[in-house]
Amino acid sequence: MLRFLVRRTLGAIVILLLISAFTFFLFYAVPRDPALLACGKNCDSESVALIRHNMGLDDPIPVQYWEYMSGIVTGRDFAAGSCPAPCLGYSFDDSAPVWDTLVDRFPTTLSLALGGGAVFLTVGLGAGLIAAWKRGTWVDKTFSSLSLVLSSMQIYFVGPLVLALLVYNNEILGQPSYVPFTENPVEWFSGLLIPWCVLSVIFTANYTRMARATMIEQLQEEHVRMARAKGMSGRTVFFRYAWRGSLIPIVTIFGVDMGSLFGGAIITEATFALPGLGTLAVDSVQELDLPMTMGVMLFAATMIVIFNIIVDATYALIDPRVRLS
Amino acid sequence: MWRRFRRDRTGMVCAGVVLFFFALGLLAPVISRLYGKDPYTLYGQDRPGLLNEYGYPIKPNGGIDGEFWFGIEPILGRDVLTQLLYGIRTSLLIALAVTVATVVTAIVLGVAAGYLGGRTDYLIGRTIDLLLAFPAQLFFIAFLPVVVALFVDPQDETPTYVRVLALIAVQWFLGWMGLARILRAQVLSLREREFIEAAKLSGASPWRIIHKELLPNLVTPILVQATLMLPNFVTAEAGLSFLGVGMVEPTPDWGRMFAIGAKVYQNDLTYMFFPGVAMVVFIVAFNLLGDSIRDAFDPRTTR
Repeated sequence: MLRFLVRRTLGAIVILLLISAFTFFLFYAVPRDPALLACGKNCDSESVALIRHNMGLDDPIPVQYWEYMSGIVTGRDFAAGSCPAPCLGYSFDDSAPVWDTLVDRFPTTLSLALGGGAVFLTVGLGAGLIAAWKRGTWVDKTFSSLSLVLSSMQIYFVGPLVLALLVYNNEILGQPSYVPFTENPVEWFSGLLIPWCVLSVIFTANYTRMARATMIEQLQEEHVRMARAKGMSGRTVFFRYAWRGSLIPIVTIFGVDMGSLFGGAIITEATFALPGLGTLAVDSVQELDLPMTMGVMLFAATMIVIFNIIVDATYALIDPRVRLS
Repeated sequence: MWRRFRRDRTGMVCAGVVLFFFALGLLAPVISRLYGKDPYTLYGQDRPGLLNEYGYPIKPNGGIDGEFWFGIEPILGRDVLTQLLYGIRTSLLIALAVTVATVVTAIVLGVAAGYLGGRTDYLIGRTIDLLLAFPAQLFFIAFLPVVVALFVDPQDETPTYVRVLALIAVQWFLGWMGLARILRAQVLSLREREFIEAAKLSGASPWRIIHKELLPNLVTPILVQATLMLPNFVTAEAGLSFLGVGMVEPTPDWGRMFAIGAKVYQNDLTYMFFPGVAMVVFIVAFNLLGDSIRDAFDPRTTR
């Protein structure tokens, strides 16, 4: 296990280095001068040169990249002041340290991802298992067609629809908002309830379909038939034997989904105007705030590779036949 | 195969719906001429009596009447029906182009990796791993302006076709890996089969083997995957336009209608209704069509 983790971590670092290099070089290939943007109006060539020097933009791009990457590990000293260890530079827009902004925005994204994940995992799995259990009946057919239609909905369509129905016309719930859990758990819950449910609309169907298909497949496996032949009750067979084997594909897609959600549920956050990493990314792109965009990008990519490793490690826990290699 | 597909009633209906959408996109200019409107004229601003002082349609249900069948857009006062038709046209054009580019790339790289093996396979495999670790949506958002800026000076107005090409390029860049992996695996197993061996022994060139022996056997996964891919590209492009980084005014776009809808839904929910329902119908039909095509090609699958 330890060897596996070390090897995968090294591989992940290589992938992240490549992603960061790719992103960095492409960003700086843009024929826009960040110094000119930071300087604003009424700016003479002297102050542009000064800003460019302060930002380290007069070095060749590979040097800049090296400074950027080493800054993440050791911190950096700028003319304006020093930037402590995980230094991702300063925002061009409001000069705040990128790392601090990411840390500030992450709880929103985390709450959204965890709550949404809990909803779509339970609802999706539950519906899928019931459909497999009642295979061929009207329950199965209803669930299957419902999941097909729901999975074809889009957040930017369902979101405003739900808001109009529940918030503006009937005032059942308040406008979605983010209140830190530590501050007020009740408001945290009620503020995020709509985003969780809307986010789940598009994810749930995938789990229902997957759970149903793998359960039906598992129920035809030898070991399940064996358990049945031994005279075990249908329920024991279903939940003890078949269930375990159907977990692997579920864990895979759940890990992939969570990995991408932890890096920002962009469209959900934009639809409900939640201040998470996704809205941060959209804003920073529109403001041409390169350090911020770069920071969010690296953060999101890190989440994806971390979750990939977690998924692979979980396989071994679920299925002892899987060897980590 | 075709006969099996013909017997699948759901499949036929869905194929009809999908074709209908493509026909709408293709014939958008003809339909709007017959209907007598275009997606650019600001009817609501030109003519009094259509929008109230806040910019919302005076008539109920988003201003639907005999003249404006789907109502008028709040604030700008354009015709919703022609907006939607031309929007579908833009979105489907982009999605089709991305699908074609993706499929071609996946075929070239997937077959190369599977057939040549060795170092080529390793290189392509690692590239796929790397690209799969990219946060896709974030990548699209961050790189659309970059791609546009590579071709157009930021000071100038960006021509529409550059935006379209940029949208195609970024989606293509992160779109081909799934199909390439599937094709590589297929080629790996096909390569060991007798008929390939026979072709090799009879002195066929690698090009001929790939062209005449391998590719015909890959048509099924390619067709199935392509039908599953296209609706995803449609929604991805719509999502980008919704976020404000895709197509910009005045080009009509399916996704941007949701962006406008999200701004005005408190007062005019009807506006979003038509593009929304159209998109749900389109995606459902396309997904069911994908299932039917898979079933027609592979009768063993049970649903």
